[in-house]
Amino acid sequence: METIILFAPLVGALLCGFGWRIFGETAAMWIATGLLFLSAILSWVVFLTFDGTTEQIQILRWIESGSLSTDWAIRLDRLTAIMLIVITTVSSLVHLYSFGYMADDPQWREGESYKPRFFAYLSFFTFAMLMLVTADNLVQMFFGWEGVGVASYLLIGFYYRKPSANAAAIKAFVVNRVGDFGFALGIFGLFFLTDSINFDDVFAAAPEIAQTQLTFLWTDWNAANLIAFLLFIGAMGKSAQLFLHTWLPDAMEGPTPVSALIHAATMVTAGVFLVCRMSPLMEFAPEAMAFVTVLGALTAFFAATVGLVQTDIKRVIAYSTCSQLGYMFVAAGVGVYSVAMFHLFTHAFFKAMLFLGAGSVIHAMHHEQDMTNYGGLRKKIPYTFWAMMIGTLAITGVGIPLTGWIGFAGFASKDAVIESAYVGSTFAFWLLVIAALFTSFYSWRLMFLTFYGEARGDKHTHDHAHESPMVMLIPLGVLSLGAMFAGAIWYGSFFGKPNEVVKFFGGEYTAPAEEIKKAVAERSPKASELKYVMESAPGEAGIYMAPENTVLHEAHYVPTWVKLSPFVAMLVGFLVAFWFYIKNPSLPGRLAENQRPLYLFLKNKWYFDELYHYVFIVPAMWIGKQLWKRGDGDVIDGTINGVSMGIVPFITRLAGRAQSGYIFTYAFAMVIGIAVLVTWMTLSGGAN
Amino acid sequence: MDNLLSIVIFMPALAALILAVFLRGEDEAAQRNAKWVALATTGITFIASLFILFEFDPNDTGFQFVEEGEWIMGLTYKMGVDGISVLFVMLTTFIMPLVIAASWSVTDRVKEYMIAFLLLETLMLGVFMALDLVLFYLFFEAGLIPMFLIIGIWGGANRIYASFKFFLYTFLGSVLMLVAMVGMYADAGTTDIEALLNHQFGTEAFSLLGMQVVGGMQTLLFLAFFASFAVKMPMWPVHTWLPDAHVQAPTAGSVVLAAILLKLGGYGFIRFSIGMFPVGSDVMAPLVLWMSAIAIVYTSLVALVQEDMKKLIAYSSVAHMGFVTMGIFAANQQGIDGAIFQMLSHGFISGALFLCVGVIYDRMHTRDIDAYGGLVNRMPAYALVFMLFTMANVGLPGTSGFVGEFLTLMAVFQVNTWVALVATSGVIFSAAYALWLYRRVVMGDLIKESLKSITDMSRRERAIFAPLVVMTILLGVYPALILDIIGPSVAALVTQYDTALAAAEAATQFAGN
Repeated sequence: METIILFAPLVGALLCGFGWRIFGETAAMWIATGLLFLSAILSWVVFLTFDGTTEQIQILRWIESGSLSTDWAIRLDRLTAIMLIVITTVSSLVHLYSFGYMADDPQWREGESYKPRFFAYLSFFTFAMLMLVTADNLVQMFFGWEGVGVASYLLIGFYYRKPSANAAAIKAFVVNRVGDFGFALGIFGLFFLTDSINFDDVFAAAPEIAQTQLTFLWTDWNAANLIAFLLFIGAMGKSAQLFLHTWLPDAMEGPTPVSALIHAATMVTAGVFLVCRMSPLMEFAPEAMAFVTVLGALTAFFAATVGLVQTDIKRVIAYSTCSQLGYMFVAAGVGVYSVAMFHLFTHAFFKAMLFLGAGSVIHAMHHEQDMTNYGGLRKKIPYTFWAMMIGTLAITGVGIPLTGWIGFAGFASKDAVIESAYVGSTFAFWLLVIAALFTSFYSWRLMFLTFYGEARGDKHTHDHAHESPMVMLIPLGVLSLGAMFAGAIWYGSFFGKPNEVVKFFGGEYTAPAEEIKKAVAERSPKASELKYVMESAPGEAGIYMAPENTVLHEAHYVPTWVKLSPFVAMLVGFLVAFWFYIKNPSLPGRLAENQRPLYLFLKNKWYFDELYHYVFIVPAMWIGKQLWKRGDGDVIDGTINGVSMGIVPFITRLAGRAQSGYIFTYAFAMVIGIAVLVTWMTLSGGAN
Repeated sequence: MDNLLSIVIFMPALAALILAVFLRGEDEAAQRNAKWVALATTGITFIASLFILFEFDPNDTGFQFVEEGEWIMGLTYKMGVDGISVLFVMLTTFIMPLVIAASWSVTDRVKEYMIAFLLLETLMLGVFMALDLVLFYLFFEAGLIPMFLIIGIWGGANRIYASFKFFLYTFLGSVLMLVAMVGMYADAGTTDIEALLNHQFGTEAFSLLGMQVVGGMQTLLFLAFFASFAVKMPMWPVHTWLPDAHVQAPTAGSVVLAAILLKLGGYGFIRFSIGMFPVGSDVMAPLVLWMSAIAIVYTSLVALVQEDMKKLIAYSSVAHMGFVTMGIFAANQQGIDGAIFQMLSHGFISGALFLCVGVIYDRMHTRDIDAYGGLVNRMPAYALVFMLFTMANVGLPGTSGFVGEFLTLMAVFQVNTWVALVATSGVIFSAAYALWLYRRVVMGDLIKESLKSITDMSRRERAIFAPLVVMTILLGVYPALILDIIGPSVAALVTQYDTALAAAEAATQFAGN
């Protein structure tokens, strides 16, 4: 069954991409979509019937060289099962949605066939993403990792006539490669340490790696920290974390269904998945995990600030994604991998829905994306409005405070992240709370600018704004169910008592050792009732939490003000947005005038693009040119020409005929010369 | 069949002879005949070589299909293949029919053109099969001549300069190798490669012109061979002949040059440097590793700013050969496996990329990147093929380009993490230049007037690409096809290498006491 889940999208991609001339466009698209729904249904079956024990299915041999041995194989554990349903569910809905969204795309000319190609890419992406999450070794994961990169490249550059789309596609691929550079080094390091890159072997060796010093570059490092750090660089690229985030906003050049599937729900969460997958190693790498926490928190904060002032509806959501990914990394960084996965899981639903909702708005507004040209759309597109409203309630984290789980999906998971952060890192906690306030502000700002107030911009477009067709609304409806209930339903599995969580992820639990209990009681007296910790060895369950890692437990006993803080932040954000965009719509403009430097700083995304342009791109081109003209040209060729200019005329004088310029003679003479020389030398050498 | 290797080697030469003697005239019929004879011959040669592959026993790490006989002037004729060379033979016979098919539009001196390529095939096959030093040298050097002529006669505007640069560079490198070969004969008393592989060349350090030579005679021999192989690879900084040669060569010439001729150096490194001078290799390995790492970054940066498509791909080739030398001199199983894999894979990928350039060069007669743009609008099939090979070139997992890069990098990480770090950064640059090229040529709107009537690939062109596409993906998904064959021989070589190093180490300590 797992094999069918994995390969159905590939078959769909191939049939659709190459077979549409035979079956016809529509049939080809339905084949791809149908196969994805098949895969989605089977994934749910697998997820719901999964008993927690890790399964491995070999498919084919892959790279084998000396002690290196890798297979194409499927590893099915809870972590994989979660990803399976996220990927196939969102992907199948996005396929369906694309029937409507891509129906008559103004980017294309009359008679051009672009739809089968689009569906083929989507299906191919899904296949690569499934390869990534089902991988049983790091190289296969790397295959999926790069495969989704290519799919993302192809889909961002889908409108290949647009220069901006082409530029964004290359940027996405190259920036991701910077991350891959770290990822690859991490893989090499693991192979060097353990002589294997299969997860089972690596995880089993994790405690030992933690005791090893590895010489890397100029000095010795703790191996676990170094490897964890290198792998995390890969995660930073894929999950658009600070410093490697610049590609994600530009990736919005792709069609909106792509943004929903790849740049919100699935691919960008691959980094989080990687950190959780490697949790048996991460648990032994405290310094690296501290770095993950800090960087995640900074990203959450940074992206939220930029999101405050963007006017392109998709870019707002893109920065929001970037920020939410930061939340997930904080959770993973403080050691609560289940909560990272929880937020990943709920975020997939509500963020995909926000994107698809935005797509529906854009569709209604004839591909206008600037929110300053929206306004008052609530009545024109009511279903879309309600879907977006549910998404907004979910992302801002609306729910009943102090119950923990009664609320929209984002309420349960985001609060879980923030409470865990409080236990693990005060710094991260405060940044996340501030980011939650900003999140609420920009999300409501988006809602108010789009659906409330006066209609702005082109009147004709507003007059013809129309609700989207059923194929687009159904996916919104399904996703809104997820956005409403996913948090409440699975709260216990991801963020319940440690024994519940451990069991859900297929591990064994046991009573903690006395000194651990004592340490917990000292740190937080309220949480002294620690009953269970994880017993399974690294790699035996979907995630690994060391017995000393009691953050999950302690997070349930944080002070009440901490539990209330995200709710308060959400309210404040909402009220400010309400005041700015409903009560007093001229205020934002005046504020931007008064605080111009700050406004520009945020509007221009902290000037990262400009900085990178001058620090990396311009110098690279300049060095390339210098190496070419000066290095190759003047130095190398200059030297060699100098030498040969001395020799050639000499030879030419000796062989008068060469002056005729007839090269054949020249060459022939040389061969004869060599043959004679060789023979003579061998013979005379033999005489010795 | 006892003389299968000889049949495979000399079949193309025989056809060349037949063409030279019997084919007369320059009319269309004669041209067509020349093309068909060449295509049929290379095709049959490929089929014949398949017998070698099927009969080959990977677990036997010695030489197989060995043929030995007396030759003129007391020299020996000895041929054979082992796990290291057999696939290079296959690569050659596989690529040649495609090259001939890609030359179908040649109209100038067709007969001579085909003769040159057929002779070239014989000579290249000879290099990979020769088991006698003199024989190897003759094949190795004589191979220059047909290539020299192909560039010089059928090349572009600046062909004379390029062909001379090509010839001088590679030839000058070889003179030193010749001297070393004489030295080897003097030392070992034989020119038999099999025997030389088991011969211990001196490793005691001595001083030469006031300099202490660590590794002794082996280091000197290594350096002499290095001069020749490094140019052939080509390694930085003796790579500058390659871009010029590629730019001026006709498409088919570029394909052969990139796909096969560049592999002679790598093959030589494995067979001679690692096989015969382990101590010398070990002494010089740090230098070679750094040269490789520099090559990868340096040429990738240079590729980034090229305006000529062929030059860009040529620089990219140099970078990819950097992975090869790096893998070889990491001198462990993954390294040498990876190096061989990378060479074979590069044969398909770079060959295909040069064919991609050829497709549009045939239509527009320019290689200038700026002359193109938006080809996808009229050439979707071409865009697809070019995309595939672009991705293969940047080492996308699932294509053959990944396996070699991955293995060599993994190998060098075990030896020197600095080199690994610098070389791995190549994956960033390669993505940048390759996608940038693709974007400027294929993506965008079709604006240029001259391109408005360009046609997509013909059936012949598709047929040429099909086998390359299949190989690139097949080897990427199931690399065991190659690794199973080369593995045992490489393992034996690595063991021998390590044993020799250990022995030399022990000897030094003994002398020290």
